[in-house]
Amino acid sequence: MHELGIMTGVLDAATTSAREAGATRLLKVTLSIGEMTEAIEDALVFSFEALVEGDPFTADAELQVNMIRPKSRCLECGAEFEHDRFHMFCPECDSFCTELIAGRELQIDSIEVDLPDDEE
Amino acid sequence: MQIDLKQPILDKNDALASELRQRFADNHVFVLDLLASPGSGKTSTILATIDALRDEFNIAVIEGDIASSVDAEKIKAQGIPAVQINTGGACHLESAMLKRAVDVLDLERLDLIIVENVGNLVCPTDFDLGENAKVMILSVPEGDDKPLKYPGVFQVAEAVILNKVDTMPVFNFDREAFDESVGRLNPGAPIFPLSATSGEGVEAWTEWLAERIRAV
Repeated sequence: MHELGIMTGVLDAATTSAREAGATRLLKVTLSIGEMTEAIEDALVFSFEALVEGDPFTADAELQVNMIRPKSRCLECGAEFEHDRFHMFCPECDSFCTELIAGRELQIDSIEVDLPDDEE
Repeated sequence: MQIDLKQPILDKNDALASELRQRFADNHVFVLDLLASPGSGKTSTILATIDALRDEFNIAVIEGDIASSVDAEKIKAQGIPAVQINTGGACHLESAMLKRAVDVLDLERLDLIIVENVGNLVCPTDFDLGENAKVMILSVPEGDDKPLKYPGVFQVAEAVILNKVDTMPVFNFDREAFDESVGRLNPGAPIFPLSATSGEGVEAWTEWLAERIRAV
């Protein structure tokens, strides 16, 4: 359950950026999470919902999690291929000398906020 | 309005880990982060490692546990400096916690710091501590199927210790299946089968580690 700690960091960063932009409310947070990390989507959503409650600034915010499929490049033949968490051998030449190029992301892509000017 | 952040979630942890890595390099200290389940024999493995390497290297141990200082006491009883970090419920160590422990150690006179992470095969894998290597311990009673269930920890580890090999006949552990699973997840990682309590196999592991320590 380290998702709660991860999400605390996410909300701190999102709230800080939102306030710096002069926002009145945080509306949405979009994350990219690689499937090779140990962060689980359901637990992230659960933590987010638990944490936004209680503060009017964040209470209505929604979370979007984009899970990123693992992708590797073969260092022998150069092939790039998607794979699951367990199979990283090159499908072209069967080499195990591969380099992970996607799948370990833990990133805040963007936030959506309400600015005073947005309100009619 | 949308604001693009493209900000790594763990950037604070990672920045601090980089600082620590630099400090370790400046002081020529090798830092080993040990990951394993509760009861897999982390502390016994550390004691066996200390025994084998203490003549050549100055060693300190940082113990991460949710509560208590029983592990640190065992290490101190061997005359080795030990710092206990109590995470107070947190399931892994983060670099801010490690920094507080490192601050009380005399880095200049150390060659090796062994960090015993919180017993957990999941959460510690995502956190850089500034270590030179993460190594994981699996013990035979846990079963040969663990690489299939916890792939992440087997992938971040630079080496895998298979502890309690003396219990192999009792637990029906399929060594071939285990080696094959680890080889598929992390083809470059050596596997060191050993028994920390009997001493069997410890030398191969400590020689591998000693080579790495001498290189920093």
